[in-house]
Amino acid sequence: MPEFILSLHQVHTFIGQHHILQGVSLQVPEGQALVLLGRNGAGKSTTLRTVMGMTPARSGHIVLGERDISRARPFEIARAGIGFVPEDQAVLYTLTVEENFRLAMLHEDEGSYARQERVFALFPDLKKFWKSKAGVLSGGQKQMLAIGRTMVNDHRLLLIDEPSKGLAPILVDQLAEALNQIKSHTTIVLVEQNFHMASKVGGDYYILDDGVVAHQGRMEELAQDHQLKQKYLGIA
Amino acid sequence: MNSAAQTAAASPAADFKKWAGWVVGIGIWLLPLLWINLTTYLVLTVAGVTMGMLLFLTASGFTIILGLMDVINLAHGAFFAWGAYTGFTVLGLLNRLGWVETGTLGQSIGSVLICLLLALAVGWVLGVLLEWLVIRRTYGSHLKQILITMGAALVMAEIISICWGPNDEVVLTPAAFTGSVDLWNVVIEKFRLAAILVGGGVFLAMHYVLQRTKLGIIVRGGVENRDMVQALGHNIRRIFTYVFAAGAALAAMGGTMWSIYTREIRPDMGESNLIFALIVVVIGGMGSVTGCFLASLMVGLAFNYVAYSVPTLALGVNIMIMAVILLLRPSGLMGRS
Repeated sequence: MPEFILSLHQVHTFIGQHHILQGVSLQVPEGQALVLLGRNGAGKSTTLRTVMGMTPARSGHIVLGERDISRARPFEIARAGIGFVPEDQAVLYTLTVEENFRLAMLHEDEGSYARQERVFALFPDLKKFWKSKAGVLSGGQKQMLAIGRTMVNDHRLLLIDEPSKGLAPILVDQLAEALNQIKSHTTIVLVEQNFHMASKVGGDYYILDDGVVAHQGRMEELAQDHQLKQKYLGIA
Repeated sequence: MNSAAQTAAASPAADFKKWAGWVVGIGIWLLPLLWINLTTYLVLTVAGVTMGMLLFLTASGFTIILGLMDVINLAHGAFFAWGAYTGFTVLGLLNRLGWVETGTLGQSIGSVLICLLLALAVGWVLGVLLEWLVIRRTYGSHLKQILITMGAALVMAEIISICWGPNDEVVLTPAAFTGSVDLWNVVIEKFRLAAILVGGGVFLAMHYVLQRTKLGIIVRGGVENRDMVQALGHNIRRIFTYVFAAGAALAAMGGTMWSIYTREIRPDMGESNLIFALIVVVIGGMGSVTGCFLASLMVGLAFNYVAYSVPTLALGVNIMIMAVILLLRPSGLMGRS
């Protein structure tokens, strides 16, 4: 059993001519929520998209458990056990909530339906709008759908990109509560600009700056380090 | 301005655009009653619905390929022609066994079903080959797709000329489908009824697959956001191949039905059908099977009414309808804006 569920070794990623990730190395311990922090453009979202194979790495290695997934295609990575919630939620607006769940459900078996019930307990609104088109949901409900549908599979790891973006403070607190429940059974890598939410959910953190890892440590230590927060995150 | 005020300000124009497609459709359907007598009108309506169903068989594949894969496949008409020649060959062979021109009702139905199944198979195989050998290299570039599929269409038409000869051929009609039936003084060719049944059946089957099955959800999801569908664990490239092959198979099936309906085939017959398919897809909205179905009926009806009233305007009227729909609803009747 590896100590780390996901490891990135010297990962370089380009978008067009732009060298976005310039040798990112990080390790995600199993059973906790690891937070990726950094200013806009630091490479946080690109790191998640690179892990998912949606913006493939040009060099370096990405290892899930003991399997090298650096060259795997997104659907193979999803089937290997990684769920992805992108920054823009990417719920399928023309499909109903039910259809979004069916689309995400890789195996329509008892286990998946049991996990679906667990999602309903966590996000009751999804059951209420089960037959509605996802396009009519509010921003918060769309976020719940985007997270909830990935939970119907027995994923080992969830990559969640800025779930609090555009949500009211009360919804952010509810979401943080939900993520804390999820991390009790699934490892999470969370990209988050909202430091309040990140510190409520996160265990370890990595700070990215200009496509490299600038700092790493425990969230509770970062919360006390005002100089570091000011330098890399622009907050006091 | 808040959203309620915006809605109020925008509503008359938005309402008009929302209903414009239906107004145009119902207008096409009912206006000819003003100058065509009822019996002729009903005969033309059945002919229009038949043509619409046959167009739907070809255009539905085209719209799915365009909507899901974002591929402009100008070789689509060539699959139609290959389907027609498959039907022509199979009917010729079955006729030697006495199944076609002198066959019983069962043999006639059987010959059409065998033609359709073989046309589907030929279309599927050609579709897989074209996607695998050619289309796969052009994803993301419309210019490359247009050029390379135009080339593929020419090659496929040329192969038909080599195999079957460059001249027009007469297609046999199974005995049970020749002649006509008289329904309340309206004389309807028997094969038209069969074409309506096949077209309607294919529409219902497609509707069921797309709306009720997991594959349909994946395809509809892929039309909206293929990256996300892939990230949810679905091999969208393989699904692309299947969708492309299914579109080609439907076109081939349409070609077989069309050839039996018109009783003639020629190697370049796919070109004119492709123009109709393009018009249908633009009117119906890319990626929408229901839009494609409604647009096919609209085009088939308009073509027949105008061909009877002002024959020289028959094709032009559909281009006019397309222009009007594009002005009122640029995304088509049921396409996404």
